[in-house]
Amino acid sequence: MDASRESDPVKNRTTTERKSERELVVTRTVNGPARLVFEAWTKAELFKRWWVPKSYGLTLLSCEMDVRVGRQYRLVFRHEDSTMAFFGTYLEVTPHSRLVWTNEEGDNGTTITTVTFEDNAGKTLLVVHDLYPSKEAIDSGSTGAMPEALDQLDELLASLGSSTETQ
Amino acid sequence: MVQSSGARLNASFAALSDATRRGILEHVGRADTSITDLAEKFHMTLTGMKKHVGVLEKIGLVATKKVGRVRTCKLGPRQLEQETAWIESYHELWASRFDELDRVVEELKHKEKVDGRKQRE
Repeated sequence: MDASRESDPVKNRTTTERKSERELVVTRTVNGPARLVFEAWTKAELFKRWWVPKSYGLTLLSCEMDVRVGRQYRLVFRHEDSTMAFFGTYLEVTPHSRLVWTNEEGDNGTTITTVTFEDNAGKTLLVVHDLYPSKEAIDSGSTGAMPEALDQLDELLASLGSSTETQ
Repeated sequence: MVQSSGARLNASFAALSDATRRGILEHVGRADTSITDLAEKFHMTLTGMKKHVGVLEKIGLVATKKVGRVRTCKLGPRQLEQETAWIESYHELWASRFDELDRVVEELKHKEKVDGRKQRE
């Protein structure tokens, strides 16, 4: 099956593609200038409003982001009785155009996420690029932009949702 | 979420949260393997390995078959679809995130308009 998929055509299109054995790339245009979109990615109070979709049944317990090169972020979630922490370091911070961070919570190595913000006539093309530590890490979904626990949770919630819910 | 789904979710979550079991899956994914070989590979007793494989088998990630005196493990029905399912769920996650991001950005645009202030890059 083709790994590229498209979402609801009424909204701007999200594309997901496996670029190589170790890379996944997601693109999406957002209807706003890059400086505002960048703000939504770098201010904790804004970031926490969209990073965890409401339908996922997760509670964001805390969200700390020190968006400067060499500084850290740390997100803690609760799902039912378990908590999960996601953390890493910002490697590059170029206002309104580029963010690079590490995802250090997995036990199979570090995934590096690069996000570019391309301003075009008041809209912003977002490109999210994840470089995984190994081919196996992508194949198994065991590490990544989300920690392994949440990856699995995603998949499970998706399968449960499609079989038991209509909304 | 109804209880049975919750229980299934927890079982799967627990099954995959263990590093050894993820290792077993990776190993079995490369080639069908006997439980004896897996026990050796992971420096574990046969009984210990049987337990791990049993957990994975229960949720469909591994299937086993006894041929003569040897029990062979191969990927189960769920494991075969794992990559596709994972990338699909990854896509859905990002699509949902971006939909929420749209709202946040709309609000920022609106606020900026109301405030009547213009920031320069």
